[in-house]
Amino acid sequence: MDEAASQGEALIEATGIDLALGGRVILQAAAARVNDGEIVTLIGPNGAGKTIFVRVLLGLVKPDGGGVFRRPGIRIGYMPQRLSLEPSLPLTVDRFLALAARRGGTRQRRAAVLAEVGAGGIMDAPMQVISGGELQRVMLARALLRDPDLLVLDEPVQGVDVGGQADLYRLIGRIRAERGCGVFLVSHDLHLVMAATDRVVCLNQHVCCAGSPEAVIRDPAYAALFGEPAAEALALYRHRHDHRHEADGSIVPLPEDGEQAPAESRRHG
Amino acid sequence: MDDFLLRALIGGLGVAVVAAPLGSFVIWRRMAYFGDTLAHAALLGVTLGYVAGIGADIGVIAVCFGVAVMLIVLQRNQRLASDTLLGILSHGALAMGLIGLALNSDAGVDPMSYLFGDILAVSMTDIAWVYGGGLAVVVVLTCLWRPLLATAIDEELAMVEGVPVTAMRLVLMVLLALVVTLAMKVVGVLLATSLLIIPAAAVRSLAATPEQMAAMAAVAGALAVASGLWASLVFDIPSGPAIVVAALVLFAMSMMVSAVKRRR
Repeated sequence: MDEAASQGEALIEATGIDLALGGRVILQAAAARVNDGEIVTLIGPNGAGKTIFVRVLLGLVKPDGGGVFRRPGIRIGYMPQRLSLEPSLPLTVDRFLALAARRGGTRQRRAAVLAEVGAGGIMDAPMQVISGGELQRVMLARALLRDPDLLVLDEPVQGVDVGGQADLYRLIGRIRAERGCGVFLVSHDLHLVMAATDRVVCLNQHVCCAGSPEAVIRDPAYAALFGEPAAEALALYRHRHDHRHEADGSIVPLPEDGEQAPAESRRHG
Repeated sequence: MDDFLLRALIGGLGVAVVAAPLGSFVIWRRMAYFGDTLAHAALLGVTLGYVAGIGADIGVIAVCFGVAVMLIVLQRNQRLASDTLLGILSHGALAMGLIGLALNSDAGVDPMSYLFGDILAVSMTDIAWVYGGGLAVVVVLTCLWRPLLATAIDEELAMVEGVPVTAMRLVLMVLLALVVTLAMKVVGVLLATSLLIIPAAAVRSLAATPEQMAAMAAVAGALAVASGLWASLVFDIPSGPAIVVAALVLFAMSMMVSAVKRRR
């Protein structure tokens, strides 16, 4: 396989997605595409139909019109917005992770991936007692254990404090750089994902605008949807981090720069 | 030990062991009411089985399967919630079953033995049913344990990961229908789901993994059957309800243990 040739090829592409539920239009000609090794962010206000669009992409919901192309044999790692775990089901983190891979992989491998997402040390804890931030990381670890070609992350920072959010996005950027997988990210807040994203699709039932993050925030359609202050506040976000936090809150110093330049390090080779 | 008592014990223990893993799934997937509906519909199956001359067991399985399919079809009409639909199916089937039994009372069908079970009347044929059917259930559960478990944890996640979720849901329903048929022989139609739910619920706080919960539920269920039978003999009380009360005592004890543990 010539890897260079597959660059820029669509992993997944949805075109002209129409969807109505109970007579109410939810999606109208919605479209998005993720190429190999690309981070695409879907943003939009609450109620814009982001989650249902993700569900259409994943094949969980059948649209009324339009189609979804998935590269044959594609492996998708999905991190849902929330996981409502049944309290009556006894389940450790390790066991939850073991269900992701075909034969569960080895415990060693699960431990390594858990450490990769910064949640080592909770492997034998019951799923029901870990914190919201830890649960997010565990779900990310489960998605990664599938060795995905495409990661689909629906509002990955819900229930995570602001410091943790930036941290998690940095982690996603690093995962892409190391694994070369495509990432489809859903967020209601462009500011947070700005640095980590290649392309943005702005959705409010239909696609309002799409392109590079810099182009999107200058787009009048974006300003109309989120308001001018939102567009201006963006500049404030690009500050320097000299440390990051583990899931348990401990401070880990960052290596000099490097981490701050995901835009340059995105492609290997 | 008398023969009939030995048969009762062998049959009861078999049902308890098979009911345990399925009871765990019933709890995890919140299907208790569905189990009840199947049990109530089973009574209709008994009468239909007699009338059609195919035997009560086949009749019960056929009607339970029909109810499961009907529920799936009715659930597509989302104007009524699932528990409402279950309530309609459950009590509708129970009422029809009771009428059917009354009409066939001369055929030697004793309504009480089906409603409350008659484990002391368990025959060798019944035992063959329990162990044959039970083996089939255990084999299917073992082969499909992973996808079934993944589906119980989160259906959407399982679906994205390639688990045939709809098929798993159907498998669980069919297995449940089979086990309800078996449990009915021990504790009767009205108490059938208790044999699935109570032992599994009793051991929940003691188990750290799904498999542990299923295994411990089997032990708890077997304990309930044995002590219930013993109490039925000693105090001359109906055996089905005695088994359920024994399970209830186990549940209360485990609640107390976990309450004490928590206080420490």
